[in-house]
Amino acid sequence: MKLKKVEPWIRTLLFLAAVFSILAVVLIIVFVFKEGLPFLRKWGLTTFIFGENWSPTRGNFGIFPMLLGSIYLTLGAILIGLPLGVGCAIFFAEFAPAKITSWVRPAVEVLAAIPSVIYGFLGLLVLVPWLRQLYGGTGFSLLAGSLVLGIMILPTVMTVSEDAIRAVPLSYKEGSLALGATRWQTISKITLPAAQSGIVASVVLGMGRALGETMAVIMITGNVAQVPTSLLSPLRTLTGNIALEMGYAAGQHQQALFATGVILFILIFVLTSLANLVRWKGATH
Amino acid sequence: MLTPKAKERLALIILGSIAVLTVAILAITLGYLLAKGLPAINWEFLSQAPRRMGRQGGIFPFILSTFYLTGVALFLAVPVGVGAAIYLTEYAKVRWLTTTVRFFTEILAGIPSIVFGLFGFIFFVITLGFGWSLLSGGLTLALMILPTILRTAEEAIKTVPYSYREGSLALGATQGQTIWKIVLPSALPGILTGIILAVGRAVGETAAVLLTAGSSVLPPLGLLDSARSLSVHLYILAVEGISTEKAFATAVVLITLVLILNFTATKLVRRLTPQ
Repeated sequence: MKLKKVEPWIRTLLFLAAVFSILAVVLIIVFVFKEGLPFLRKWGLTTFIFGENWSPTRGNFGIFPMLLGSIYLTLGAILIGLPLGVGCAIFFAEFAPAKITSWVRPAVEVLAAIPSVIYGFLGLLVLVPWLRQLYGGTGFSLLAGSLVLGIMILPTVMTVSEDAIRAVPLSYKEGSLALGATRWQTISKITLPAAQSGIVASVVLGMGRALGETMAVIMITGNVAQVPTSLLSPLRTLTGNIALEMGYAAGQHQQALFATGVILFILIFVLTSLANLVRWKGATH
Repeated sequence: MLTPKAKERLALIILGSIAVLTVAILAITLGYLLAKGLPAINWEFLSQAPRRMGRQGGIFPFILSTFYLTGVALFLAVPVGVGAAIYLTEYAKVRWLTTTVRFFTEILAGIPSIVFGLFGFIFFVITLGFGWSLLSGGLTLALMILPTILRTAEEAIKTVPYSYREGSLALGATQGQTIWKIVLPSALPGILTGIILAVGRAVGETAAVLLTAGSSVLPPLGLLDSARSLSVHLYILAVEGISTEKAFATAVVLITLVLILNFTATKLVRRLTPQ
């Protein structure tokens, strides 16, 4: 049979497909780091990270304002997304009748599918002018960014948390309820602690998403490369720094943007590994 | 001090309002977008080229570019993703290979789109010399959607009962025949779901496309031509303040595409899971 001869070849092709992901990650790391690392070596990692002045035309490359901008914005997003996401997760997993959940859950998941450029667009046209009217200034701010990013990470936080809550064995709850605890006592003292690792993982995943977000952020945060001093200050993130300047950057400036990418990559890598570690630890308990 | 009963009622009220608030945000967002954008959509808008940088005319070239970019991405990501899933579930004998590939797929899924953009720019646009083009943009997108396709295909293939394979093998079919004629057809709806979700992501992606496919307003005539996707067009219209009306209309077209894709995927999943 011909087939017998072809099968080993197909098998080899499938093997190559399987290792393609590894190859892709290695290629991405090699090419982004190859552009960024020589610059970091020449410029100095600490002067790059802690330099407060970013003016590429004058040869100043300090990303401290963007680093802080990214961190503040991520924390702001968590401050909004965590209570909303975990609140929804508890409500839909424990309280809401199955009929409502089966309608609402897919609807909330739709929030996750909306492209970030649309969030940015609505933020730019609705939220920013509204904040401008309310608080003065330009409206482009940490606050605007946090509100929009908080909503953007909500589905991630919600679905991962809800899965964790649903994965708690029914017998735990039954035991608690049988002892006379109310439903809320059972949730707050038994279910949530048991689902802790999944909930933490959902938050870390949400942070990773907020940190890596680009389009929505550059449309609503004002992109000023200064350390933000209040909720109403404009700010620029690491992602925004790259997206805004890649179009025209050349030479050393372009290398500095790749170096920004290197820092961003490392931060995200740490967060993703952390999320997986927490989940993995939770799963083995 | 509240009694446990009162606490429970309080918790229910708070959690309930959070849920209502979340759903309200979704409804208001979509409702507002549709109300503002729908009036500006007509056949002319969908079928004509833009005039004066998009102040007038339509978005036809950008719809085309979006389809082309997604097509190029699928052309690479579907065979590789599904192939990898088949290998990992049916052929891989050593556990460490499966674990390693899964680990790297997780990393790939976590890389932010702007870093994909940087990579696509330096690798496809510069090193391979494809320039800002459909090809560079599509290949970059392929890497971004690969994890989604791979993971869903792997899950789908895993759920095919083992007895199906045993039955086929017992009838004298080779392993390859079994996979091609029995396993893949049974897993097809699950695999399709992953592909549809991936298309949704590719259609909405902006940052990486901007850095690798450019933003030419002309319709691309070949793989090496620069192209502007719908999402990039929306970004440019909004940020450069070209036309709010056209931006809303473009946003509605974009979100309609993405929602249709997602509903189709959800429907497929529903049909798959036995009630």
